[in-house]
Amino acid sequence: MTVVSDRTVDLREPGGWRRSKNRIATFVMWFAFVATLVPLVFVLYTVISKGIGAISWQFLSGSPIPPNIMPLGVGGMGPAVVGTLIITGFAALIAIPLGVLGAVYINEYGGKGWLAKFIAFMADVMTGVPSIVMGLFIFTIWVLHFGYSGLAGSFALACLMLPIVIRSTYEMLLLVPNQLREASYALGATKSRVTLTVVLPAAVGGIVSGALLAVARAAGETAPLFFTILTVEATNSNLFSGANTALSTQIFVNAQSPYVGAEARAWGAALTLVVISFLLMIIARVVTARFTKYTR
Amino acid sequence: MEQPEQEVVAQTVSTNLPKLETTVKAPSQTPGTAIFDVRNVSIYYGAFKAVTDVSLPVYENEVTAFIGSSGSGKSTVLRAFNRMNDLVTGARLDGELRYRGADLYAKDVSPAAVRRRIGMVFQKPNPFPKSIYDNVAYGPRINGTRNKGRLDEIVEKSLRGAALWDEVKNRLKQSGLALSGGQAQRLCIARTIAVEPDVVLMDEPASALDPIATLAIEDLIRTLKENYTIVIVTHNMQQATRVSDRTAFFSVLTDSKNDTRTGILVEYGATQQIFEDPEDSRTQAYVTGRMG
Repeated sequence: MTVVSDRTVDLREPGGWRRSKNRIATFVMWFAFVATLVPLVFVLYTVISKGIGAISWQFLSGSPIPPNIMPLGVGGMGPAVVGTLIITGFAALIAIPLGVLGAVYINEYGGKGWLAKFIAFMADVMTGVPSIVMGLFIFTIWVLHFGYSGLAGSFALACLMLPIVIRSTYEMLLLVPNQLREASYALGATKSRVTLTVVLPAAVGGIVSGALLAVARAAGETAPLFFTILTVEATNSNLFSGANTALSTQIFVNAQSPYVGAEARAWGAALTLVVISFLLMIIARVVTARFTKYTR
Repeated sequence: MEQPEQEVVAQTVSTNLPKLETTVKAPSQTPGTAIFDVRNVSIYYGAFKAVTDVSLPVYENEVTAFIGSSGSGKSTVLRAFNRMNDLVTGARLDGELRYRGADLYAKDVSPAAVRRRIGMVFQKPNPFPKSIYDNVAYGPRINGTRNKGRLDEIVEKSLRGAALWDEVKNRLKQSGLALSGGQAQRLCIARTIAVEPDVVLMDEPASALDPIATLAIEDLIRTLKENYTIVIVTHNMQQATRVSDRTAFFSVLTDSKNDTRTGILVEYGATQQIFEDPEDSRTQAYVTGRMG
């Protein structure tokens, strides 16, 4: 320890209350951080530890889904994996282009007009609609007329994703500086050119990560799928006809069952779903980094 | 022997007082074609009248400088030349603005077509978040040039034209945002001249730059004059004397009774005349620094 004996100017932080406030604030932040981590780590730990035993190639691809009383190792969750992938995939195909175009309209074309304001407001309202209501909505207008199908499930999930995509894209477009638009206009670009060649590329990183976030959220939705796809045991790779199944609904069905095999399958399906979401997040990061190469 | 020497010194001092480098090549008394003809133009932003009754011609292959205090409407008039004001909601123009005889504000005029001929360089360097190459190639591309060899040619020519080629020729794939302020502004100039415009409008192009980068931009403006007509807005009066052939002085007219302010054109003439022998007392006050 060194002792500064000849101190001419005291440059230390003034003591007392100010220093205490700093300590308290730092402690509160650390506490909040740890408190956030507790449920996250606990959920991940539980899902991984209970689900890892079920995971095998046969579990991921095997078909059909065996009856609840059967132990692990018979059949697999293949139908649910296929269902989740095609249903959320098609939902993304509907919701992302629509949502991005909607946000482009609100921010670039609508201006201060009533239509843009109305769409933005309705998108915000839609964000708050419970997912089960979306399921019921599609059930009434589609399933009652055309029957259960993966397509109906995609519609319900697309309804859920749409407002999230609109909102996140809109926020990203707002961040694009006006000077870039002006620069493009000054070179003789039309409005559509400005939007396509400057505004969207400048915002693409954020748009992609927002869209994939919406996809990840939709992949885990259960309630809307119960009203639209039912659950089946055999793989149905036809999106457009016949009842289907998905990981989320299988988790629900299996977890309700008292049999050991069913319970293990539910944990396995849960882990599979978590991993799918995780992979989507990684893709989002990679894509964002790729597209924002020139913004730094 | 001593007397003549004194005389020479005195002469040097007196002629150097206004420090006019460009006046060596004084603008011809019979100017070329008027490229813009502004007749009684007033510009409004909603209910606010930004400039009132401006009339002036802008001549081909000259540098015309707009000087004046903040709020005098010089940028507003500049942005009217390529219809950038259209992008502001509520902006409106009264009067007549002709470009090579054509009415710029006629009903069937496409602002995009206007801006292809009349380019603009902005106050803050605003390169796109794309590579240096793509920044310059942007204009030609949106105007239909797809051929790679042709684009390479245009990019090199434009970057040379903007005196930036030697600094960036080995890193054309790097981000345009990685350049320094002065380089970024020259990149913006290269981007503007890549579409081979007729006129280049510059809105305080050097105000965000350090003195050395500013001088580089000014050198560039003098070179660009050979091929382009340039209109430049500047806060820096020395800059106006250094680069321009003709100067327009704008001022703010305050109406204390109605509490309104509007920009007006006070005086327009050869740069040397505006700075050395202004006719209007307000111009005199401004150029000598007695009035901000």
